[in-house]
Amino acid sequence: MSLALQRIARSLGVLVVVLTLTYAIFYLTPVDPALRMCGKPCSPEDLEAARGFMGFDTPWWNQLGTFFLGIVAGRTYGSAEAAVQCAAPCLGYSFQYHQDVTGLLAERFPITLSIALGAIVLQSVLGIGAGMLAARRPGSLLDRVVTALSVVSASAPAFVVGLLAVVVVSLRLGWLPSGGYEPFLDGPVEWARHLILPWTTLAFIYGGIYARLVRSSMIEQLGLDYARTARAAGLPERRIDRYALRNLAVPLVTLIALDVGALLAGAVITERIFGLPGLGALLLDATSTADLPVIVGATFLGSLLIVLANLSADLLRPVLDKRLADGGRRRRHDSTPSAPTPQETAS
Amino acid sequence: MSDGDELLTLAGLHVEIGERTIVSGLDLSVQAGRITALVGESGSGKSISAMSTIGLQPPGARVAGSARLRGDELVGRSAGDLRRIRARRVGTVFQEPGRSLSPVMTVSAVFRDVLAVREDLRGRERVRERTAELLAAVGLPDPGRTAGSYPHELSGGELQRVIIALALAGDPELLIADEPTTALDVTVQRGILELLRRIVAEREVGVLLITHDMGVVGEIADTVVVLKDGAVREAGTLRQVLTDPQDTYTRELLTAVPRLEESVAARAQIVPPEVPEGAPPAVRVEGLSVEYRRRGASHRALDDVSLEIAPGHIHGLVGESGSGKSTWGKAIAGLVPVTAGTVELDGVDPSARGRAERRRTYARLGMVFQDPASSLNPRRTIGWSIAEPLHLAGHAPRGGTEARVREALELVQLPGSYASRLPHELSGGQRQRVSIARALIHGPSLLIADEPTSALDVTIQAHVIDVLREAIAGAELACLFISHDLAVVGSLADHVTVLRQGRVVEQGPTARVLGDPRQEYTRNLLASVPDPERRLHEDDPAPA
Repeated sequence: MSLALQRIARSLGVLVVVLTLTYAIFYLTPVDPALRMCGKPCSPEDLEAARGFMGFDTPWWNQLGTFFLGIVAGRTYGSAEAAVQCAAPCLGYSFQYHQDVTGLLAERFPITLSIALGAIVLQSVLGIGAGMLAARRPGSLLDRVVTALSVVSASAPAFVVGLLAVVVVSLRLGWLPSGGYEPFLDGPVEWARHLILPWTTLAFIYGGIYARLVRSSMIEQLGLDYARTARAAGLPERRIDRYALRNLAVPLVTLIALDVGALLAGAVITERIFGLPGLGALLLDATSTADLPVIVGATFLGSLLIVLANLSADLLRPVLDKRLADGGRRRRHDSTPSAPTPQETAS
Repeated sequence: MSDGDELLTLAGLHVEIGERTIVSGLDLSVQAGRITALVGESGSGKSISAMSTIGLQPPGARVAGSARLRGDELVGRSAGDLRRIRARRVGTVFQEPGRSLSPVMTVSAVFRDVLAVREDLRGRERVRERTAELLAAVGLPDPGRTAGSYPHELSGGELQRVIIALALAGDPELLIADEPTTALDVTVQRGILELLRRIVAEREVGVLLITHDMGVVGEIADTVVVLKDGAVREAGTLRQVLTDPQDTYTRELLTAVPRLEESVAARAQIVPPEVPEGAPPAVRVEGLSVEYRRRGASHRALDDVSLEIAPGHIHGLVGESGSGKSTWGKAIAGLVPVTAGTVELDGVDPSARGRAERRRTYARLGMVFQDPASSLNPRRTIGWSIAEPLHLAGHAPRGGTEARVREALELVQLPGSYASRLPHELSGGQRQRVSIARALIHGPSLLIADEPTSALDVTIQAHVIDVLREAIAGAELACLFISHDLAVVGSLADHVTVLRQGRVVEQGPTARVLGDPRQEYTRNLLASVPDPERRLHEDDPAPA
């Protein structure tokens, strides 16, 4: 239990560090957000006023403190009639979108979530399945096909796979829409139809890594003593495959958590190709317009999700493998001298 | 059960992998209610023979000949048929119980699957009852606790009983036991052998026992088949094979088995060299304690132990797994942090000295480890590996090393030309002799040998021990010989320390400690050592 608390505390620490480092871009980039808002011509007085309104007129540590405080309690930009409210959790305010960053992120998040969940399910099922099939008969035709495909998938960039998919499936064959997003609540079928291509693109790119990992680890596991014991007991190969997969749960959960985190943080290129206005697209736009509060907010949300995904993997691992929970405790030793059981003495 | 009730009959069994013939024409039979031992050293083909009969040969192996289980031919059957035969009619027990169960599953989960296949048993309550019944039948005192445990929560002995219980599910006719006690301590081994004997008597199963250990054969087998390089060298009843072996290889195998009583008696005749007046002991350990800390809890691996080894003497350190014997060796070599006590090498406590002198002091040590295959760099020549301590100690006279490598090789009775070979070109026994040569080349004053012969076949073990004994006598150095094998220690050591759970049980001259033990634990340990001929001296050689 204390181990779980330790992990949670460590994750919080990581978040604070990430946020502080991200916040530093306000000071490291040559962009002055106040100058952008000041209008033209920009008099020194106007600039100063804009600074004050945006909260840039205090020392950096004060700004950072206000920023952290805003996440917990919300904050107000400016004062009196011109005041802009930013409710908790306030991750800043975009003076380009004229909207608080939290609200912007909340709008985009469902799209990214839809992409990520579908992709992760598809890539785990396909990747793990292909790896298991290939491991059953190493060297067979099926194994060679899977191995070749996984090499292609691991080395193909997203924009190539995604563009090919759009060109062939949408434009040439006209089977699926080439882009855009339909909310789930407006109709799950349209929602899914719009997401099939991005899901398959991501699943193809990431799934190859799963297939390779599962294939080689399965072959190794199937050669271990416990698999031999199960085989000798007459268990069918299908059951022994499941034993082996169960032993791969820990590395797989680790890998899936990394991918879930990365996908939730926004699949930048895929979202751009399929015209999906998710977190990745938002981040890309904010970067090109130097919308610093949005960059900071999106980066923070991304790191939060990555940290959460890894935290859940950390908490799950000892459940999946009891040896980790016992901290590699040494095996019990045979109590010697062994007292014969009553039956043994009788025989 | 009447004699001659043929259960398993192998006739001219032939196994080939690629172009290599692994087993050529094996004839063997197992009777119900009897134990047939298939004896051989590593590479003899004994495991492959047994596994091939039930369809578990390595991929690519071709099996020919005949293997009949109660008249049903097994060779040439489909994989599905063989799987059903394994599930319904054969139980199998392997070496290394610690690795024989999936580490992420509880014992009860394994039983659930195995009972479904072997007994068509389903339903939580019925499976639980049958599991408890089987676990109780193999002498596990608390079946409920065992069933709820993961493998790492059980000891080696408990695990092997669990494996045997799994093998007994479905009431098989035949039990194949492949080195079932090789990885276990002697006292635990005795319990498992007693269990096997009881199962055979009660359940009328036939057992095909695969082993390299003549002691184990003598304890439980009825019939013996000796295999070498895939061919049968001798077959007969236990009494015939032990008392009147016809084949030279069988005789070699029998004489290579170290006998405790003989070796202790022989050892008593050897007078250890005089210790020069006033010379400090090669090693002096006093009040040594080593504690491992893990997440707050501390585990005392060694608790206030002491010993002294004079130059020219061999000190045997015996104990079962987990007794702390390896930790003791490492503590002397400065490889584990010492919690309390002192270690002196040639009268110098290295931990109290500066860095340079500490290095010089530890350079007076030589070490030999258990597994010769992994303790030599596979990409370097034997000569390079042997010369390494000279280079490390910094006193490597350029050009002079070659002569010293040759000398070291001669010391372990290997030709000097071996210096240019690579480790994989050598056999296990030769590699271990190379390890000894490496440990001795820089003229150490103390040799620490940690289970140096445990990974070797008996005939090779006997030779390596002879080599070690002569090398030590020639170099006049002290030796700490760590082993679980009492007979080996008895044949080599001048003094013995018996260690149990980090504490010294008994310490003294070998002849006294092993010949006339004062402690119950030592007596128990000695009584557990399997003796090939013990049952021959009993009036009725067949088991009840």
